[in-house]
Parts: sequence; structure tokens; C-alpha cells
Amino acid sequence: MKHKISFPHMGKYSVPIKKLIEELVGDSGEVMLAPSITKKTIELGSKHSPEFVCIPFKYNLGNFIEALENGATVLFHTSGDCRMGFYNEVQEQILRDLGYEFEMCILETNSRNRSLRDFYGMFKRLNPRLTYARTIKAILLAVRIVFAMDKIERYVRQNIGFETQAGTLEEIENTFLRDVAKAKSIFTVGKLYKQAMRKLESVPLNKPQNALKIGVVGELYVLMEPFSNYFIEKELAKFGIEVTRFIDVSYLLFSPKHKIPYLVKESEGYATYDIGADGTDSVAKCVYFAKNGYDGIIHLKPFGCTPEVNSIPICQKISEDLGIPILYFSFDSQTSETGVKTRLEAFYDMIEMKRETVK
Amino acid sequence: MWRSFFEELGLNVVVSPNTNKAILDAGINASIDESCTSAKVYMGHVEWLIGKCDYIFVPRIAIYENGDATCTKFYGIYDIVRATFPQAKLIHINIDYEDGQTEWNAYKKLGDELGAKPAAVKQAYKNAAAALKNYELELQAAQHALLQSPKLKVLIVAHPYNIYDALIGEPIVRALESLNAAVLYADIPDIAHMCEKSKTISRTMYWRYNKHLTGSIVHYSDKIDGIIFMTTFPCGPDSLAIELIQRKVKDIPMTNLVIDSNFGEAGLHTRIESFIDILEAKKETSK
Repeated sequence: MKHKISFPHMGKYSVPIKKLIEELVGDSGEVMLAPSITKKTIELGSKHSPEFVCIPFKYNLGNFIEALENGATVLFHTSGDCRMGFYNEVQEQILRDLGYEFEMCILETNSRNRSLRDFYGMFKRLNPRLTYARTIKAILLAVRIVFAMDKIERYVRQNIGFETQAGTLEEIENTFLRDVAKAKSIFTVGKLYKQAMRKLESVPLNKPQNALKIGVVGELYVLMEPFSNYFIEKELAKFGIEVTRFIDVSYLLFSPKHKIPYLVKESEGYATYDIGADGTDSVAKCVYFAKNGYDGIIHLKPFGCTPEVNSIPICQKISEDLGIPILYFSFDSQTSETGVKTRLEAFYDMIEMKRETVK
Repeated sequence: MWRSFFEELGLNVVVSPNTNKAILDAGINASIDESCTSAKVYMGHVEWLIGKCDYIFVPRIAIYENGDATCTKFYGIYDIVRATFPQAKLIHINIDYEDGQTEWNAYKKLGDELGAKPAAVKQAYKNAAAALKNYELELQAAQHALLQSPKLKVLIVAHPYNIYDALIGEPIVRALESLNAAVLYADIPDIAHMCEKSKTISRTMYWRYNKHLTGSIVHYSDKIDGIIFMTTFPCGPDSLAIELIQRKVKDIPMTNLVIDSNFGEAGLHTRIESFIDILEAKKETSK
């Protein structure tokens, strides 16, 4: 029997994850994407989740249920530094209690526990014909895609507010993602990336010299899954703001700048120690944005996210000391979209006025 | 342990009083709203101490020997206190085995900072650790004796900083005792032993304190009549750990009390009373 493999969504990253799993399981399985996240996903997830768990848990669980309903037999999950590392065991139990039968596999992201041997062993069980050479090739290919798409997305994020014709940049990005999903080697990915970048750079932009600049910090899931943050970056783009965000998958997994000693140094004394998961990153980047002429910071987190709740009092102190406004959003399944828009608008007006008075 | 360490070094120790409404309110004002109730209480105590002593001791305890972690709040509390009360003078220890900061290292540094002689620090640390160990053994012996009691035995599964808190946890214990139940605490049995036992419920749990509590459930499972989980809103580790335990442990009646900063004691009392009624009825029928 062929394995039917699925995994929870996180933004556009289903492209490289699907690629990775497909390359590894070969003919012994097929990847079926969980249905795109809708209101129904989050309702399903909330219904079966513990009372005050953080929102990514509910999205993941909703994705799993919808995937299982479509016939998935193998589920992939990941690990994390906060309570996310414990998601998989609890979710597995919840799904079994609901009567589903499946196998759960963990893609270890924690650099402490990452091991090629375990990774290989896990896929070898799914695909007995797997070799080490093929494993390494698949990992390289997926990583290459992640790097390329993150770079493209970073360019799009910084410039999307200034397109002369709305939607041009995003369309190039989507074409790239479509093509790269079919790529067979890292060279093809490289070629596609160069093409896409050339196209992106030739799109005419109407960017003023001193555009308002905003930095985005916070918890990784709500940053990277646009559905969970009510497409906040798209909203920002409408105001004609240049948006910078450090956190994406290539940064989290591979950047030396995401290591604790670097972050503690970058936070210039505001954090003496690791304050948990990406909280330290938020603190360090708030200092960075404040010192590099940004007009404001937006901090996103799921309701009750402990590392980010830890970071907020420290960010407030930074905001006070260095005079940079910070807007905090806390997302749950009941957050109202209109509320988010209104607060963004007010924040935009505020930083614009601040700019005016400084002149 | 901390008190005995400082006193061994010849320092005067000021400890904040039992939590009261004023301390809780001060803590709420000094915290952001989404912070957990326990952390708010902590901030209240820190604020109370400001101006009443030369240094406030705020430890950072993160990762233990075997890689088991504390809750993320413990990682950040030192930096949170620094950011919230910049006027306060703090001393601290940092226990983080992953970073090579062992418990002894941490106390050695603290002793240095306080200007004590290395030999004195070592002695103080030894004595303090021994005092703590003795105290733990006493508690364990007392709890073991309680197992023989003919009363209904209820295991409270709660973090020590919650259940022994005068404002947050004690009302629950009082209510149980007034209903003539014997109260056992999941944080009393030996921690290393319990962490090992927790593996029958969870393979991958990595929070040391939750492993301790979970292991105790396994340890006492055939000796108790019921379990009360008590947690503060919105505790991250508990939110998942309790869910998993409730799904895996099937044959013991259990209830979950979530405490936040504006709870009513009357409602709490009613819930505990009805829970005890259920336990009694169950005991009757099984006779």
C-alpha cells in the first residue's frame, strides 16, 4: 500500500516540504497537501484542542483532521523550542482518541537533536529503497528552494507597497513557486531564482526616498502563516510602507545570527540570557530596528505565547528608552479582522505624524 | 536553600510576606495582561521588596543536567524584572547546564559577587543543599505516613509556587481539609525518580517540573481516590501536559481548577465539594 503523506501548512513552505518528502519517499508514497486553511480548519482545531493552548496548535490540529478526512495515513510534524516541541505527542493522542489511524513522523528542527541518521532512518521505514546519497540530494534541493524563496519573498515584502501596478510582484513570486515545485536539481532552482529576481527587479516601483519603514518581530508561526495573522503584511503594503522581517525558515534554521550569543550581544544589555525560543530574537531585533532608523515595530504573537510574553516587558523598555513605537498584536481564534485593520491604520497615522513633527 | 545559603554567608535575609491582595494587585499592575498569574504574583513580591533591602535575589533557572528544561517564564524572569523595575538592584544565579552553568558554578559566582571567600561559599553551598535535602526527606516521610490514612486521599497536581501560595493555592487545600480529605502533593516525592516514572505517560515531555508531577501520578496511581489539577491561567506547559494526562489516565476521577487573578473562593469551594461527593460515592459503591 502506498503511504499517503500530509503535514500542517505554514505559509508558502508547503512547496519545499512537499518536495523534500516526495524526493525521499519516491514511489512508496505520495504527498497530499492538507486542504488550505479556512475558517473551518480553525474551528475544527479549536474544538478538539486544550482550552488555553496557543493558536498554532489549533491550526496544526485542524490541518491534520482535514488531511486525515481526505485519507492521509502518515502525518509529518516538526519540533520547536517552546511548548511547540510537545505539540506532536498531545496532538497524536487527541487524533487517536478521535479514532483516526495513522503514523506520526517528526522532522526535527532543533539543532541540538538534528541528526542525519535519524532522519534517514525515519524515511527508510517509509521507503525501503532509500539511499544516503538520495537523502542528501533531497535535503540540498529542499534547502536550496527555501533559501531562494525566502530571498524572493524578502524582496517582495520590502517593495510590494510601491508597485505601480498592484499584484505584479506577487504574481512573479507565485510563478516562481509553481515552477520550482517541478525542479529536479539545485541547478534548475538556481536558474529559476535568477530569472525571478531579474523579473522582480525590472518591475517599475514608485518608491519615495524616505519611505516609512517598519520592522516586524514576534513568534514564528503567526509571522509566517499569513492566514493566522490576517494577512497583516498585505495590509501594511497598502499603506506604502517598507516592511522588514528577519524571521523566515532559512533564517531560523541556518543563520548564525539566530544563535543566542549573537542575539544577546545584539540586544545590547536588554537581554542578559536566552528568554526562551524566539523571544530573545524579538528583543534583539527591536534594538536593531530602533538603531537603524526604522519608524516603528510591529510585534505579533499567539495569545499566551510564553516566550513572546516574556519579550514584551523588555520591548516596552526598549520602546521607551530608544523612542520607537511598537504595536503589539495577540492572535487567537476569536481575533476580529476589522479590529486588526483599525489598529494598523491608527498606528500608521501615528508614525506618519511622528515623522512630520521630527522634521 | 537560598535563605540558608545567604545566612551561612552572614547576610541578613528579608523575605517578602505571604501573598496578599495588595501584592497580587501590585504584580498585576507591573505585568502585561497575558503574563501568567504566577508570574504576576512574583512581580508583586519583587515590588514589595524594593526599598526594603540592598539587593533582590532573582534567580534564572533554565536547563538541568539531563537537558530537561524549566518553563520558559523561568528563562526570562530575570530580564523581565530588570526591564520592569530598572531602579531595583538585583543579584542572581544562572543555572543552565547546556551552557555549562551548573548549580555549583552559579552559587560560586554569586558568592564572588557578594565578596565572600571561596571556601566559605563552598561550605555555605554544601550546608544549604543539605538543609534542603533534609527538608525534602521530612516532607516525603510525612506524606508517606499519610498514605495509611483511612480518609479520602486526593492528590494535588500543581506547581509548588502555586499550591503553597497563601492566596492562590491555600484556599484549595483548606477547602479539601475542611471536607475531611487527606491532601497529598505531587511535588513532594523524589524528583529524579518521578521524572523517570513520568515516561510511562509521556515519552517526550521535557519540562522538569511537569515531569516531576506526572511521575507522581504514576507513583500514586493505585493509592489515591482522586486527582485535582490546579494551574494558573494561561500556563504554557500545563496547557498541554494536563490534556495529555487526562487522556491517558482513565481510571482515577480528576478535576482541573484553573486559577486566574480574579477568582471567587465560593465557586472554588462548590466545585471541590461536588468533586469530593463524587469520590465518596465511588468509594461507597466499590466497597
